[in-house]
Amino acid sequence: MTDRTPVLSVRGLSVRFLMPAGRRIAAVTDAHFDVAAGECLALIGESGCGKSVLASALLGLLPANAQGAGEARLGDLDLLSADERTLARTVRGRLIGLIPQSPAAHLTPVRTIRSHLEETVRAVSGARGRAAVRAAAERAAERAAFPADHLDHHPHQLSGGLAQRAATALALVGEAPLLLADEPTTGLDRDLVDHTVDELRRHVDDGQRALLMITHDLAAAERIADRVAVMYAGRIVELADAETFFGVAGPRHPYGRGLLQALPDRAFTPIPGMPPALGALPDGCAFAPRCARATDACATLPPSTGGISCHHPHVPEDLRA
Amino acid sequence: MLELRDITAGYDREAPVVRDASLTVARGEAIGLLGPSGCGKSTLARVAALLHRPESGTVLLDGEPVRRWRHRAPRGLRTAVGVVFQQPRLSADPRLRLADLIAEPLRATGRRDEIPQRVAELAPAVGLTRDLLDRRPHEVSDGQLQRACLARALVLRPRWLVCDEMTAMLDASTTAALVAAVEDYRAATGAGLLAVGHDHTLLRRWCDRVLRWQEVTGRIPPATPGLPRTSGPQQPADVPPAGDR
Repeated sequence: MTDRTPVLSVRGLSVRFLMPAGRRIAAVTDAHFDVAAGECLALIGESGCGKSVLASALLGLLPANAQGAGEARLGDLDLLSADERTLARTVRGRLIGLIPQSPAAHLTPVRTIRSHLEETVRAVSGARGRAAVRAAAERAAERAAFPADHLDHHPHQLSGGLAQRAATALALVGEAPLLLADEPTTGLDRDLVDHTVDELRRHVDDGQRALLMITHDLAAAERIADRVAVMYAGRIVELADAETFFGVAGPRHPYGRGLLQALPDRAFTPIPGMPPALGALPDGCAFAPRCARATDACATLPPSTGGISCHHPHVPEDLRA
Repeated sequence: MLELRDITAGYDREAPVVRDASLTVARGEAIGLLGPSGCGKSTLARVAALLHRPESGTVLLDGEPVRRWRHRAPRGLRTAVGVVFQQPRLSADPRLRLADLIAEPLRATGRRDEIPQRVAELAPAVGLTRDLLDRRPHEVSDGQLQRACLARALVLRPRWLVCDEMTAMLDASTTAALVAAVEDYRAATGAGLLAVGHDHTLLRRWCDRVLRWQEVTGRIPPATPGLPRTSGPQQPADVPPAGDR
């Protein structure tokens, strides 16, 4: 995995929101990660920790009061410094395919799925002429396993699973090397979640595409991811192989461990307390107030070493004991 | 005992969503109801919460049939059941501060004098801090708002709780925290619970007894056209019908 050149390379990405009265919200701070072709990176964390802001930053869809810093390289292009024209004409749909949260809400309610697909085909591919566009749209539907006899349905006539496939079909039209799935399974039931992530995985397994999946659903992440990035209060606090993270060794950061222990098939105990407000982060480790391992050292910000930002990470020796 | 007997309910007399569903929740008992999305389990939960008049069938509270339904059951009966819905954003008045949101049932039933005490008791029980109580829904996260919605459901000390996909939108830690808050309340009061959802792992861990939709209605939920069972053993027998979501 590491020998492949990354499709997306994020270095020191930070996003600040400027609020009235000079308040600043630190939504994302100093994020570093890569995603390679044929690989799925799951970005996990509690809601409100900055995951979706990170996705918006990559697509250049931040609101006007946001300030981005750092670099996000997609090939030769830096997504953060690219202008709107470049983003609109070459990035969205062409270099990055977005699979949105709640696809049913993302589709236009008054138009059929065929009409959505044909519009996208016309906009991002070279297909011209009614028959060619129609054929390309049908091929796109087929690639996402969207049934052809439902193409003339409107979004409200589709089940959650089919709406999800319609959205996936739209994201795949432009042959984008990076797929960005923002909470693609929220609100779906467990069996559909499994089904949806298996399909996403299939689009990565052809080796051409990279997938960045943002989710708070740990079971979905376990099912699909090669690597896991844990985000807490705007920072990526742990970056680990999924097998290690969900396996016997487990996460090394106390927050990641806490998240896993909250699962109903594990200890089912919540992490005490709540995440801090992003507008009033403490100086040191943001997790320290909720952490059983916290000491005085945690009043200073932990450096990021070996993919982990913690003064007192769990080490493999602890686990054997 | 909260009993539903042969409930048929829906939004169109021609095509009821739920047919002939029966289930019983004893005092102190936790029942989980599993079903795929779109099978009608939320409608049944609304009937159990006395918020939706069934077209036929009987709801009994401690052996007494619920009568004088209008659209909902009379308020005096409804206060016996607390409800938490799936989407806190849709079930919380955006204008109310969280403290007022929690206190609203007390206000609506003319028990204003209990407000300060009950809000002060419940906020720590569901994990809300003083500072959060002063905020409005748009200023808090989904998880924080759902905590307030749970406190609102508990504020009248209901004898039953109906949780309809209470944690479907939430992360693992918040889910565990909310379930722990429900269980603390039930341990202290002996309230019964009907938890509706589709996450078997969660419901099996949480509830004393887990019922599948077909056990409650005697019907297998319809399969979706166009959602082929291609993924082998993972693909469930019960996929949701088209038209849902």
